[in-house]
Amino acid sequence: MNTSPTLGTGLGLKADHYEAAYDCAATGLWFEVHPENYMIDGGPRLAWLETVGSRHPLSLHGVSLSLAADCPPDTEHLTRLKALIDRVQPALVSEHLAWSTWRGQYHPDLLPFPRTEEALQCITDNIQRTQDFLGRRIAIENPSHYVRLNDHTVSEIDFLSELSQRTGCGLLLDINNVFLSAHNMGYDANAYVDEFPGSAIMEIHLAGHSADPGGAPLLIDTHDAPIAEDVWALYQRLIQRVGPRPTLIERDDNLPPFAELLLERDRAQALLEGMS
Amino acid sequence: MKLRNFQDAFVDALYDVKSPFLRGISTQPGFTVYRNTVMKGAVDALQANFPSVERLVGTEWFVAAATLYARQSPPVDARLIYHAAGFAEFLDDFEHAQQLPYLGNVARLDRLWNLCHTAADEPGIDINQIASLTPEDLATLQLKPRAAARWAWFADQPVFSIWHHNRLALDMPEQLDWQGEGALLVRSAGVVSWQPLDVGGCAFLDACAAGKPLADAAQHASGLQPSLDILELLTRLVGADVFVATEPS
Repeated sequence: MNTSPTLGTGLGLKADHYEAAYDCAATGLWFEVHPENYMIDGGPRLAWLETVGSRHPLSLHGVSLSLAADCPPDTEHLTRLKALIDRVQPALVSEHLAWSTWRGQYHPDLLPFPRTEEALQCITDNIQRTQDFLGRRIAIENPSHYVRLNDHTVSEIDFLSELSQRTGCGLLLDINNVFLSAHNMGYDANAYVDEFPGSAIMEIHLAGHSADPGGAPLLIDTHDAPIAEDVWALYQRLIQRVGPRPTLIERDDNLPPFAELLLERDRAQALLEGMS
Repeated sequence: MKLRNFQDAFVDALYDVKSPFLRGISTQPGFTVYRNTVMKGAVDALQANFPSVERLVGTEWFVAAATLYARQSPPVDARLIYHAAGFAEFLDDFEHAQQLPYLGNVARLDRLWNLCHTAADEPGIDINQIASLTPEDLATLQLKPRAAARWAWFADQPVFSIWHHNRLALDMPEQLDWQGEGALLVRSAGVVSWQPLDVGGCAFLDACAAGKPLADAAQHASGLQPSLDILELLTRLVGADVFVATEPS
């Protein structure tokens, strides 16, 4: 196993749900946060994370380390991330195959890049630096895609496999990203899931998506809706092949009551338990 | 194209700067998704960080101003709770806000609220620690404000009243005394609370923060506000959990 066997299905931790999250005693439950929201000196937000973490495993899922930028990760950012890791002792730490910080400015999204040998070397170096600094293995997530870049020379799966082999990093497979990228870019989601290197998967993400409000024939990774049935089907297909892995349900917008999220979570948990 | 050239061109295109290197990419419908997400992320952070400003001007006006700000000043810290240190100055100078000259100062108090909320946890001094001191020891005592205590004096505008009513979504009083007001915000036991603080109180805390002993801080404050009752002020500040507990000597 890549991670502690106690990690079943987790939920994104939202401030509205701190108390309910702490109180919940569901088997295998864990919680994930963006570390950027907790890389602060003190106060109630950090206290709540520690409180929830005293009862449930935690995962830190970064959105701004900008590993695909052509520069090393920011040392101050890494220092704060390490301090948070030391403080809350997460079971998992992950980031994205994307960039967001460039020349001192943070563009709050997960931006694409041409997958070339140059990018592979740069991101390899950045993941190695990060893992060395943090003193632990991290998992890298496949992004969602909205534009076609002509300069790709390496497939995404080969790129992620190579990163994992070169750095020892794990992978985080976001099934919703696979589904909507396959739709947006016109490839086969089943084939992608079937070819994804199963042994490196440390975590799986599930989420809902929406159609482009601008009217383009695109699906967008909005995390504002229940998980689509097509995504559930891909998830089942994956875990039948690779076995149970820690699975997270992401919900960031149109937040339903905690009990409703828990029902969606129970569905994934039942699938995981059916595997073991 | 080299990765760094791609990234320069991509950022230009995000902010609508025409880039010949990205032709064929920035014209795809999907590029708008990135452009919108980046802009929404910055505007959402401004809405979260400056709720009193938004309440004062309405959401439509706020989003329009925030969008302009987001275009000219992308975040420099991925910790978005600290985003937009310059938003108050932007509002001070914003030509469409000239009818609301206090808007920048309201933004300053919203920012102080966030700084209090996320400041380091430090135990506060107990009134008994001070009450037991001899007058000589009291005069030389250096009281250090906690990181979770912030204050500001606004000489020309009733900023505390305006901010307080909008922060709590209260109806504004029919008449405001148009005079200077200061504010003290403190997080104690996990909750940020606030109270008005006059010019002498703000000057006293400025002097304490600069490391002045209590007698010097009191003299400095009284110089600016001769009517100041230092004992009453000190009791109020200690009661509000403003100062760091002193090390037992």
